[in-house]
Amino acid sequence: MSPEDTKRQLEANNLFPPDIPGDASAIAEARKQAILDAEPIGSVPVPGSVKGMVKTSFQKVMGKNPEILIDKLAERLAFERTGVRLYDGVLAKIAALGSVPGPTDIQPVIQQFRDQEYQHFVLLVEALEKLGADPTAQTPCADLAGVSAEGLMKIITDPRTNLAQTLNALLIAEAADNAGWELLIELAREAGQDQMVEDFGVALEEENEHMGTIKEFLKHATVADLL
Amino acid sequence: MNGLSGIFDNRGCPLDKQTFSWRSIASLPISKLDDDAFTRVRIILMNGIEQDALRLKHFGARFHKELQLPLAQIRRVEQHQMTAINWLLSADHSPLETTIAYEQVAIEVTAAVAQGEPDPYQAQTYRFGLLEDFDHLYRYSAMLDRLEGKDANNILQGYTDIVPGRPTSEHHRAPEDDLRENYQKADAALITKIHAAMITAAEYQTHDYYMNIGPTFSDPVARQLYAEIASVEEQHVTQYGSLMDPSESFLEKWLIHEAMEIYAYASCAEQEENPRIKALWEQFLDYELGHLDVACELFKKLERRDPAEIIAGTVPQMIDFKSQRDFVRKVLTEEKDLRTSGHNYVSKEQESEASLQYRARMNDPVVPADIASAGYEWHPGTEQAQHRKRG
Repeated sequence: MSPEDTKRQLEANNLFPPDIPGDASAIAEARKQAILDAEPIGSVPVPGSVKGMVKTSFQKVMGKNPEILIDKLAERLAFERTGVRLYDGVLAKIAALGSVPGPTDIQPVIQQFRDQEYQHFVLLVEALEKLGADPTAQTPCADLAGVSAEGLMKIITDPRTNLAQTLNALLIAEAADNAGWELLIELAREAGQDQMVEDFGVALEEENEHMGTIKEFLKHATVADLL
Repeated sequence: MNGLSGIFDNRGCPLDKQTFSWRSIASLPISKLDDDAFTRVRIILMNGIEQDALRLKHFGARFHKELQLPLAQIRRVEQHQMTAINWLLSADHSPLETTIAYEQVAIEVTAAVAQGEPDPYQAQTYRFGLLEDFDHLYRYSAMLDRLEGKDANNILQGYTDIVPGRPTSEHHRAPEDDLRENYQKADAALITKIHAAMITAAEYQTHDYYMNIGPTFSDPVARQLYAEIASVEEQHVTQYGSLMDPSESFLEKWLIHEAMEIYAYASCAEQEENPRIKALWEQFLDYELGHLDVACELFKKLERRDPAEIIAGTVPQMIDFKSQRDFVRKVLTEEKDLRTSGHNYVSKEQESEASLQYRARMNDPVVPADIASAGYEWHPGTEQAQHRKRG
């Protein structure tokens, strides 16, 4: 863009000023009205075993609103399953571009993290099955996990992005994943799911390692680009 | 190339030599950041033209059994030409950014056409439509800023102004006020026929694009804005489509379309700065000459007439792919308040009652374009940069 063109564009603002009074609050007001009119994205399929229980007994199993725990378990499941695919994309990039400068060859580490994401997915399938829920159901939060990963998938699989740009997208996924496991553990604890709390604690430790390591790899890759 | 006088002498690449592979049609995209905006303008224009080439031939095939095979053979090539072109757009264009680019095509190409069009009524029609697409650009730029926090000028690259045109809220007309008088095929200049086919194709594509991506937005204002502007694009297809003479036979329309494609590819090849894309335009120009050759042979065989009766003659100039800022501002100043009544362009006060009634109904209770753009003034780096203050 030439400064001359920008000058002429600004000149046009004076010649042809805004024709509708107001400001961006018009959008805010329209959004507010639409939110009040909206229907939910969808519902959580509650397992038959829960439907058949009397209220007091499923409260013991999953809290007052069993669909909340199922929804969040399904969300993590979807995120981990997508996470495996994100790692597949990162591995393809490493295969083409090589590792990042530094003491570690990142390929085996990324491969290990990918395999751990898969194990987390399996863990969640089993957790949902134990509750009598359908691990293949796309619950509302699972659906949104897919929507939120769309941009990351685009960056990671774009052949034009370099390793630093790719790792940056992966770090966003790992940061969200980390917070997601923390919340899930809290929910499992509240619902009295002690085995889940224990199993998920191991997953969270691994996710902590993923986030810290990816952050470190990203630093190496970016500094290498800088210097 | 200056004019199309030589198109019958060059038979182009034979159809059976026009081959592709999956790799060649889904090849490397352009750079949103580094390529010139007019490279993207040409890509979008040519994608729209190829899309319309398919569309026209499908309709022709529905009416002519004897043409079904040759039309299918050429369509196969055009499908892959269109893919090779459309896949040049890189994935980092958000749908709203691509929308900004579509409107830039509508403005800059229609402005070039309006200036090169010898028929005063047809030229008036292009100027009339131009001011509406110009306004769409402004409304969508406000939406891009206020939804994605992005500056439309990263797409426009300074070539096109971002200010209100004829307000979108006043584009909504009754169907009878969108129809125009058509050129007379026996008297019209070749360039007049080419212009009508080309701008109709471009608008059709824009309409279809908005209809496809509109529902992919979650923001309620964006969804409504696409619904509103897609409706205007349908009006534009109605308007520009009616400029063509309905008494032309299908084969006549096919010849004109092929001549238009040759003219457009030749214009692209002449002005393209990216060497890889320039080579593509040259290759497809050669392919189109081959398509015209097939169409001419069928025309001679089935209508027993000389194709030169339909597409002979020269064109005054190639499509001028450059910023038409001064022309657009002049039209905006002089013709913003034009309206229609039937086929005629009239003053605001004389607008047809049917359109006024239709508009009042559609615009009640809200006009999405007004909501998206209330008080919007474009500023380099978005309106957040304009109102920059430290807390």
